[in-house]
This record gives sequence, C-alpha cells and structure tokens, in this order.
Amino acid sequence: MALDKSEVEKIAHLARLHISAAEADEVTSRITDILALIDQMQSVDTDAVEPLAHPLEVVQRLRADEVTEENRRDELQTLAPEAQDGLYLVPQVLE
Amino acid sequence: MIEKTAAELSSALAKGDISSVELTRAYLERIARYNYQLNAFITVCEESALKQAQTADEKRAAGDRSPLLGVPLAHKDIFCTQGVTTTCGSRMLHNFVAPYNATVVEKFSAAGAVMLGKTNMDEFAMGSSNETSFFGPVRNPWDTKRVPGGSSGGSAAAVAADLCAMATGTDTGGSIRQPAAFCGITGFKPSYGRVSRWGMIAFASSLDQAGPLSKSAEDAALMMNVMAGLDNKDSTSIDLPVEDYTATLNDSLQGLKIGIPRQHFAAGLGAEVEQAIRDALKEYEKLGATLKEVDLPNNHLSVSAYYVVAPAEASANLSRYDGVRYGYRCENPVDLEDMYKRTRSEGFGDEVKRRIMVGTYALSAGYYEAYYRKAQKIRRLIKQDFNNAFDEVDVIIGPTSPHTAFELGAKTDPVTMYLEDIYTIAVNLAGLPGISIPAGLAQGLPIGMHMVGKDFGEAQILNIAHQFQQQTDWHRRKPALGQEG
Amino acid sequence: MEWETVIGLEVHVSLSTKSKLFSGTASEFGAEPNTQANIFDLALPGTLPVFNEEALKMAVRFGLAIGAEISKRSVFDRKNYFYPDLPKGYQVTQLDFPTVGKGALTITLEDGSERVIGVTRAHIEENAGKSVHEEFHGKSGIDLNRAGEPLLEIVSEPEIRNAQEAVAYLKKLHSIVRYLDISDAIMAQGSMRCDVNVSIRPRGEKALGTRTEIKNINSFRFVEKAIISEVHRQQELIEDGGQVIQETRRYNANKDETSSMRSKEVANDYRYFPEPDLLPVVIDDAFIEAIRIELPELPDEKKVRFTTQYNLSNYDAGVLTSTREMADFFESVSSQSSDAKLAANWVTGDLQALLNKNNWEITASPIQADRLAALILRIKDKTISGKIAKTVFEMMIEDSSPVNDIIEKNGLKQVTDSGEIEQLVDEVIANNPVQVQQFKDGKEQVLGFLVGQAMQLSQGKANPAQVKQLLRAKLA
Repeated sequence: MALDKSEVEKIAHLARLHISAAEADEVTSRITDILALIDQMQSVDTDAVEPLAHPLEVVQRLRADEVTEENRRDELQTLAPEAQDGLYLVPQVLE
Repeated sequence: MIEKTAAELSSALAKGDISSVELTRAYLERIARYNYQLNAFITVCEESALKQAQTADEKRAAGDRSPLLGVPLAHKDIFCTQGVTTTCGSRMLHNFVAPYNATVVEKFSAAGAVMLGKTNMDEFAMGSSNETSFFGPVRNPWDTKRVPGGSSGGSAAAVAADLCAMATGTDTGGSIRQPAAFCGITGFKPSYGRVSRWGMIAFASSLDQAGPLSKSAEDAALMMNVMAGLDNKDSTSIDLPVEDYTATLNDSLQGLKIGIPRQHFAAGLGAEVEQAIRDALKEYEKLGATLKEVDLPNNHLSVSAYYVVAPAEASANLSRYDGVRYGYRCENPVDLEDMYKRTRSEGFGDEVKRRIMVGTYALSAGYYEAYYRKAQKIRRLIKQDFNNAFDEVDVIIGPTSPHTAFELGAKTDPVTMYLEDIYTIAVNLAGLPGISIPAGLAQGLPIGMHMVGKDFGEAQILNIAHQFQQQTDWHRRKPALGQEG
Repeated sequence: MEWETVIGLEVHVSLSTKSKLFSGTASEFGAEPNTQANIFDLALPGTLPVFNEEALKMAVRFGLAIGAEISKRSVFDRKNYFYPDLPKGYQVTQLDFPTVGKGALTITLEDGSERVIGVTRAHIEENAGKSVHEEFHGKSGIDLNRAGEPLLEIVSEPEIRNAQEAVAYLKKLHSIVRYLDISDAIMAQGSMRCDVNVSIRPRGEKALGTRTEIKNINSFRFVEKAIISEVHRQQELIEDGGQVIQETRRYNANKDETSSMRSKEVANDYRYFPEPDLLPVVIDDAFIEAIRIELPELPDEKKVRFTTQYNLSNYDAGVLTSTREMADFFESVSSQSSDAKLAANWVTGDLQALLNKNNWEITASPIQADRLAALILRIKDKTISGKIAKTVFEMMIEDSSPVNDIIEKNGLKQVTDSGEIEQLVDEVIANNPVQVQQFKDGKEQVLGFLVGQAMQLSQGKANPAQVKQLLRAKLA
C-alpha cells in the first residue's frame, strides 16, 4: 500500500512526531517500502484462524490490594526537566 | 585469566587462584584499553565494580559459595540500574539515572556478580547492526570495520573481546542470537515469560525477553540459574519451577531427533554458512542424534507479521517519552504540541521514529483488521508450525543468520536490515527458547548455529548446545583484537 | 412538532481500593501533589502493571448488584492519546471484553412511579492525573496522584427520556455503589463523574438523532440543568433548520448553557489494541459466588423489607433506604426505641429537615441514633409530650448531654402527678365559668378549649390525657 504525504503527516501527528518538509519524501518512501513488506501477510488466508495476542496463553495473576510503595516524590522529581512546588511543569494545557 | 569462561573463573575464584578484585581490575584495564575501538560500553562503573568485587571477596571468605560470586559481568543498557545512567541507546534517556533496579540486575547482584558497566545497543533495541545507537556504533572485535550485530551488539562484542566474563542482553526478534552469531559467542533467548521483564525497558512487550550472552552454553546455564524465575512484578512472568540448568548439561544425546527446517536452508543462505551448519549436524549424528527435515511453511511471513506486532506495541510503549517527567525535553517549547513533537523528534533517532510511525499506522482506524489482527493470526499459524514440527522432533537446528557480520554502513535500507532476522524472528512470535552458538568461521568471521526448543525447554536446549561444545572448540576461538592498532 | 429526548449516561466512579489499579501506590483523596505517584504511576521506563484483585472484586460486586452478566474472561486494552496527565501515553481500559456486561437498575421518579433503565456494560479502567493552571506564568502544573486510580465506567442504554430520569438514575447508581461500599461517589471530589449523551427525535421516530456528549458534569443539579439546556438548544437548532453535529460539549453553570469543546485534534483515533503487559483476566463460578454471598442487602430489597417488617409506607421506605447510612440509622433508632413508626416519622421528618437545612451527611448528624431513640422513649413513657419533644430535639442539636439531662435541666418534664393536675383543673374550672356551663349543657367540643387552658397554665408540661380525664370527672 503506497502512502501519500498527507497520510504520513496525519500519522506523525498522532504519534507526536515532527517531520520536516525536507524529510517528508524520504520518510514516505521508507514507510511505503516497509508496508510493502508487511503486505506479504495478505497472501495467506487466515479467515478461520484465531488471533494470538500473546505467546503465553495463560491468565492474569492478581495482586492483593496493599500499599507497598512509599512516597519518593522529591527523589523522583530530580529526574524531571521542570518541576515546582511538587508539580511537573509543562507549557500551558488548554482545555 | 580474562579469556576464561565464567564457569572456569568460578572455580578459579573458589580455589583462590585469583580474587574478584584482581579479576575485576583486569577487566577494567582491558575495557580501558579496547573500549575506544569497540565502543561496547556506554557506561563503565569502575568504582562500584571494585567495591562489589571487594564485597564478593569478603563474602567468599565468610563461606559464600554462590557460583557467580565475584564474576564480572556487563548489563545491556536496557536494564534499569539504580543510581547508574540507563540510556537504552537513546538521546531520549541520555541523562536518565534509573531510580530502581531491574529484576535481572537485582538477581545478579544478589548472586554476587560484579557489574562492570552498561553496554551499548541499538536505540531502544531497534536494529540488527548496532548502528542506531545515539552513542555511536559498536564494532565487531573480529573485524572492526564490521558490525557486531544487534541490538545487543555491545554485550556481544564485550564478551567476545573479553571485556567481561559474561553479559546480559534482550531479544525481541533476534537481538541476542544474531549478535552472538556475528561475534562468535553463545547467546540464549529463553522462552517468553521465563525471565522477568521488570526494569527492562520495553520495546515490544509480547516479544521482549532477556537472556545471557556468554562464552559457553555452560555459562549460559549458570546465568539462567540466576535470571530465571517467577517475578510478581511482571504479569507475564510465568509461574513454573526453575530447573538447575547445569544439572542436565551432560545428558546423552543418544536418540535425539533434530529437525532441519527446509525453509532455513533455501535461497539466500550463504554457502559457507550452510556448510558449517551441515558439518555441525554431522557432529550431532556422531553423538547419536538423528536428523529429519521439517516444514515451517509460514516462516516466510514471520518478518511481515513481526513488523506489525513489534512496531504497534512499540508505538504505545514509547509514548511515555514526552519530556514531562524524566529524560530529554526540547529547548524552549512554545506550546504543548511543540514540546511533544520536538522532544520526540529530537530525542528519538530515525529508525525508532520509523517504527513508531509504522506501528501507529498499523493500529490506526481502518487498518487495524488488515494489519494488527492479521499479524496476530499469522502469529498463531507460526506457533502452530512449530507445534507441528515438535510433534516429530525434539529440537530445530539451522543457521542463525544467512551470512557472517557485514560492514558498517553496508545496509542502509530498512527492509534489507529487517530481513537479517529471517531465521530468528519466528521464535519470538511463538515465544520459544532459542540459542545461537559458534559453529565455524568463514574468512575469519564467526558463523552462528541456531537451535529452537519447545516451550520452556531451556534445559534441553542448553544440554544440546553444551554437548556440541564438548566436541568442538569453535566457542573457544578468539578475535585477534588489538593487533590492527 | 413534538420531540422526544434520548439520553445515555456514562458514569465514572472511583473504586475505593487502598492501592492503585496496577501498582502498590496509595490511592487516597486529597494528598499533597505527586506524593502518590511512584515509578509505575510516573510511567518510568521498564515498569509494568499488576492487576489489583480488589478492583476486580468491586466490579463484580457492582455487576451482581445490577443483575448483570459477569464476564468469565475480560481483556485489558490500551487506548492511545497524548496528554500531560496521562503518563504512559495510553490509558488501560477494557474495550471489547469488559468485566461487567448487560444489567439493569430500577429508578423511582418523584411521583412514585418506577422505570427500569438498562446498563450496557461496566468496565474497569485507569484514571488520569490532573492539570493545575494557576501560578506558573503561562505553564501548567501536573499532579499525578490520581493517575492510575481504579475507575469503573458504567454505561447506560439510551433509555433515559428526560432530565429528571437522568438524575434519578444517577442517584440510584450513587446509592448502589455506596451500599456496596465500592466508592465514595462524591461528585464534588470527582469520585463520581458523569458524561451525558443527549439527542432528540420527533416523537414516534425510531431512528436516533445525532447526539452530543456533555463531559464531566460534577453535580446532580448541573446534570439536570445541562440536559434541559442542551435539549432546548437542539430543539431550537433543528426547528431553525439547523443540524446537530456530533461533538463534545461542556456545561457552563454560570451561563446555564452548553458550549462546544472543539479540540485541536483533527479526529480522535485511539488506536486501541490488547494491552500486552497484562494477560486475560479469567474468573470462575466460585470466585463470583464468593462475592455474591457477601453482597449486602441492596436498596430495592431493603425497601420491600421496610414496608413489610416495619409497616412503613412505600414513600417512607423509599426515603429511608435511599442511602445505606440512613437505613442503618433508622433501623438503629427503631430497634433502640422499639417503635418503628415514630422512628420513621422522626428520621424522615425533623431529622431529614435538619440535615437538608445544613447540608449535613447523616453520619455527621449532631443527633445520632442512640439519642434520637432516647428522645422517642421519653415520648413513649410520657415523660414529655410530642410537642415538647420537638423543643428537646432543637436543644439536642447544640447540647450533646444526655436527653434526660436536657429535659430535666430545662424543666420540660411532663406533669403526671395527679395532685398537681387536679390543682390545674380546679383553677381552669374556676377561671372559665361560661365555658364550664356550656360543657355541662352538652357542648362537648368546649372540652378541648378547657384542656388547652390547662396545658397553657402548665406551660405544656401537663399530660393532656390526664387533664381531659379529670375535667370530665369533675364536670360530670
């Protein structure tokens, strides 16, 4: 399936990636190549096949409802690009 | 001493032939001497390594006999290490000092192993040549113009060049086995769920699995004895008893049924590689095994299915890198959208961005059925192929890679690079254990032999690999590192 | 044209587990920012989710309470979108295989009539954090304490026909989740939130009209007002030849109108797929039955029991069972006073009025069940009259001392001493010769006046029955 540049832009926006005008052609053609590889899947009929989401066909373990974590805010916020008064700061969120 | 296997070092340490501090110093010196050439390490932990070695020696004096006590290892920089930078080979995490330890790291630490440092890797484990690292490519110790394979290229090169006794890696589509093959060492990917993923930075959650890169199958067994086991912090970690993987290494292979996958000996396979594998199979026949051709009819679809499943999961797994709570953030974002887009575009390299795009596309409205769901169905077909084969044989053996290590910059086209993993990738989709062990040399470059076992058949695979290494010395061959400069 | 309104509600309730949905971090309301945000909640690389058993049990408890199908197998999915309060960049939710399937609940309208409203499903998902906009010079602060808190999203069928029904539905849900003790469900604190889907269609029309979604309304009253205002807007729009567009709107209480929340996002594409870090949740009959056995008595059952066991009217039983706390309060008063009728009158009457006036929860009432029962006992043993009891009740609000002491120190005890009463009666007879004569002439109703005079003289403390008896005897 060939992609056009507007679709690439749409995907880039969904993935919050910036693709410059200079890169757009290259990115589009690379992704088109990859999609061609992927499309080989369509050669086999899988109508009767159940999807396999996970190699382990076992079930979820449950965790007892206990508080096991301590407050490590000050230590963890040293990792943040910008924090103040215990809050992570980001450019204004418009709601 | 540094060229020895971990098993040999373990007994040397036990006998008192050498102390852990001496051994650790020797590795640190070798790293100082050769790492600039290989770029195998992103971070070297000289001070803490010597301290851990000191502690190991004290524990030994106090009677601790843990097999890997005082043996120096390196962790792939995908495992979180508390207080030590954990980059995942990315600019996005170039400054990320993990505030906790991965379970794998914790377990090696509890076993008394000494952590020398963190090894280089393809960015977020996305690559088959170790050229996508933000910290520059790793070079193959057998020929520094060549790639070590990827994504665990730093770990493979470090083990091959004796910069450490053993190393950890992760394998999503071949990322332990292919670099092990290119670097002439043993690389083992356990069954999905056998080793905890807690603290291992996710690429594709349903495919990622940690495993050892080592100098022998016996070392891999020793490492697996430490790494394997249930971890309640990882919902996909399996609740099955852990065997002593060293206990069955010497079991006889008399009557072993080896499957030879027709599809892995077809067009595209290099003649020298094929010859090496066929020679190795003759060794197995001498050990009492019988050979039988088997079919993996959907194997040719594994790369296609993988490049839907892995990018789709990755596209979500990598959404957390947004510049808010840790890691890279772009300079002076003008607004929220600018922060997201520039942080992610500047923080991620091209290959990572490409896979995020492919995964986002495959999951987007209108394409989910045709791509993601289709890939999951193919995934079942691939698993069924293996199940059918294992009705007839005990193990499947073939080449790890169609050829030996290629030169840096030789493969610029992503699709060509993706096809590197044609023999290994189906194993991840099916969640099976797989190992690559050295089986020959071609023009001075190592050839890897690939073995696939049944679900949770770790012990048997290690036994089969070990028996080959008792008969051959390919795993003992060393690169002539340093002679060229 | 006559229009019919079609409403569907999506209600989120925060489950009151001790820890978060997928991590062992505390999940309490009102903590300092980010003090309940640990490595998993911050989506640090390498961290993984493990599912909280209690959240599952709470969801099943809810499902059983509304007679819903419980899924033996439920699956978590990732819903992908970028927002600073969503650390992983995806929300873990249940898309195709929710834990709770189809169920129903019965709502009671103000005229006493009942309607059954279908519940499509209820699924378990993670909450997001919140943004704080003040004080950061054009920046927003992010608090992730709420991120990863367990939510149950309860989706109704589009069977609600007007704002009153919507409110009745919400109140019923509120009552049920509190009876089940699975959520505080306090709208003002966000532990119960409501999104309303509204459309209109000409009466008799089968096809649904285009709906709008009004997001995050945080009180019952605003739900009612928002619906009325949105229905009005849609009607005017269509009658003026316009068309409703499917969109998300917000309700502005000050202006009493809804407005469009046009986001910059071209179109939402959440790219759902099964969460690979979690496996399917599988439960068996034993798991479900163990929960069913421990289900408390629910409002509908309790209401029926109250009407039969206590002989209460449907209305009183409905009021008394509207919350578990009120029902418990009533039953405590009733058993301590051995008088269900008086207990019901006091709880639904004076006490309810007091609570409403002050906006108090019954649990925070200054008059608790034991004291109200003590008051009723004093009425029953004739220590005080019903009328004086109201005065005592007022005093009890401020005065926390025992009821008997309040009666005693304020001299409110009913006079039952026959000597004292005889004095009163004699005085009344002496002071009212005209009325006495009228009574003697057979004007029976004058007796009431004479009793009243005696009560007045006693400042209400005399036992009226005794007074009446003595008057009759003396005037016979």
